[in-house]
Amino acid sequence: MLTHILRRILIAVPLLLAMSFVTFIFMTVVYRGDPLAQYRLDPTTSEESLNRLKKQYHLDRPPIVRYFLWLGGILRGDLGFSLHQKQHVWPIIRSRIGPTLLLSLSAMCCAWLLAVPLGIQCAVHQGKFRDRFFSFLAFLGMAVPSFFFALLLLWGISVVGVLPLGGYQSPQFDSFSFGRKVADIAAHLILPTLVLGFGAMGGLQRIMRGNMLEVLRSQYVTTARAKGLSETRVVYWHALRTAINPMITIFGYELSGLLSGAALMEIVINWPGLGNLMLAAVRAQDQPLVMGNMLISGVLLILGNLVADILLALSDPRISYS
Amino acid sequence: MSAAATARGQSIAGVQGLSPFRLGLRRLRRNRAAMAAASILVLLFTIAVFADFIAPYTYDSEVRDTSYAPPQLRWSRVPGQWLPRPFVYRRWYDFDPETNERRWYEDRSRRYPVVLFARGEEHRLLGVFRTDRHLVGLGAPIPEPVPLTTKIEAPDEEQLPPRLYFFGADARGRCIFSRLCYGARISMSIGLIGSAITFLLGMLIGGVSGFYGGKVDLVIQRLCEMVMMIPGFYLMLALRSALPLHLPATQVYLLLVVIMSFIGWAGFARVVRGLVLSIRSREYVLAAEALGASHPRIILRHVLPNTLSYAIISLTMAIPGYILGESGLSMIGLGIQDPEASWGNMLSEAMAIQQIKDHPWVLLPGLFIFLAVVAFNMLGDGLRDAFDPQGLTRQVPT
Repeated sequence: MLTHILRRILIAVPLLLAMSFVTFIFMTVVYRGDPLAQYRLDPTTSEESLNRLKKQYHLDRPPIVRYFLWLGGILRGDLGFSLHQKQHVWPIIRSRIGPTLLLSLSAMCCAWLLAVPLGIQCAVHQGKFRDRFFSFLAFLGMAVPSFFFALLLLWGISVVGVLPLGGYQSPQFDSFSFGRKVADIAAHLILPTLVLGFGAMGGLQRIMRGNMLEVLRSQYVTTARAKGLSETRVVYWHALRTAINPMITIFGYELSGLLSGAALMEIVINWPGLGNLMLAAVRAQDQPLVMGNMLISGVLLILGNLVADILLALSDPRISYS
Repeated sequence: MSAAATARGQSIAGVQGLSPFRLGLRRLRRNRAAMAAASILVLLFTIAVFADFIAPYTYDSEVRDTSYAPPQLRWSRVPGQWLPRPFVYRRWYDFDPETNERRWYEDRSRRYPVVLFARGEEHRLLGVFRTDRHLVGLGAPIPEPVPLTTKIEAPDEEQLPPRLYFFGADARGRCIFSRLCYGARISMSIGLIGSAITFLLGMLIGGVSGFYGGKVDLVIQRLCEMVMMIPGFYLMLALRSALPLHLPATQVYLLLVVIMSFIGWAGFARVVRGLVLSIRSREYVLAAEALGASHPRIILRHVLPNTLSYAIISLTMAIPGYILGESGLSMIGLGIQDPEASWGNMLSEAMAIQQIKDHPWVLLPGLFIFLAVVAFNMLGDGLRDAFDPQGLTRQVPT
């Protein structure tokens, strides 16, 4: 197990290096933006302080040297300094990780809580109305573009007016008591969770249905029925445990898909997460921030995949990574 | 008994005479959902190809005074005619001084009939034929039988021409229906071109990986895993950030296609690899090898053609990803830029909630994206059911 985790991390390192290198090359060599542009626009900035900034952030060195300086900084736990925001990159990113994880995880919970029971229902009532209806729902979930669905819901909410229209917190958030703070964030969370969860549910439900159908045909299920066990016990105790196993493999993929999908959702509903930050950084051509964001989101994804691997090994005794 | 057996035997004999392709086609034709999807796609592609003819206006033809005009189409009965005739009035607006909302006025002195093959802005049909005819447009005005007197004086026709808005107008007073037609060009083609690139890359890399196996396979598979671990949307944003935000539409288009297929080939290559692995050990490959065919020849002539039907199914399922990627990026302002029309950048107007509330028709492009995605998904499902009954292309969704 440990060796497997180490191997996964070993694969991840060159990936992160390659990703950051490509981004870096693109941003410095292809585009050649001027990181000091906004300082130059300010007439009070003297030539001297410009030169000092240049020296301090190694902007006078060739790009390849700067890349390695950036890497060296990361090893020392320094993601760089955003000249655009006049702030270190890590604190900016750190404040955004929470909301992104919160959104992705709650969307994931929503997707799984919907997909597993609905998938089981479809399989148990195969070919009946329930199966068709839920399968249609799953198909819809997979096909409707998340941003369009979010906009539709926002329209609905703006007419009905029960939930907050996007964002993460109410303006008066800081004055709330702890209980109200939780309720406030939860109210803001409902819409994006529903949208992302509904989108992710479709595929999961289809797979769950397929697994369950296969398991229900197997001999030990027939045996369990022959023993005279109730149908509920057969389905939810004997069959479910086997049917849900392959789902855990998907967990990691699902998490990475959600992290990527959440980025667009964050932008649409103005959620202060990594995706939204990335867009702001891209618009401002803020290179250190883009690089840092890229790195952190990559790390999050790899962690997600790792968690999935570990969960799989824990749930399925046949799998041992050695 | 014997009669039934003979009948069955005959029908089996009849079926056996068909090639697997013909059989698949027959199964596909019986799948009503897939056929419906196919006809939607044919319609959308037709709109894309003949966009400048079908659209009453060009994508950038604007009349600022009709900003956010609601959809308008009125019907009048002509005596002796069985069908009612559509027409429109000229419209303009001012702001309510108290609520600051738009108030719309109609010039009810003249009707503008909606006619087929009307004259309008000049365009080149299929890029060749210069013409000013459009599929629909407005004809010469007809005075209202009983003119209604309005207190507010209408602006003259020079300043405010009559406009035909099936689906309403956007912020700059451009026809949303026309822009949807032009936008179809981008959304409908980007998936095809993107998956064509993915196809070439995936076939080649997956084919080599599956055929040679061993170390080559190991290296390529690790590479695929790496590419599949990339957070796609973030990389797309990062690469996009390297280039100036305002580029000509054609360049952005190419850029989007290249970036998206760069991210997308890995999953497809894995499918191809799996198929090639199983085909590689078939007798006819051994026979080709025994006859002394070179490896490239075996891969290109014997192995890959046999993965083709599965490859096409996988690609059909992959097209929605490209459509969604383009519209997502265009919506947040990093894709196709404004005067040019794409379903994505038309939706960017809907990102402000006030706009959706006051002018819900700006959401229409989203409906078209949805339609295209559903159609490709359904067609892909149908193709799979028809041509891949064993489910070889089924894979873990990403």
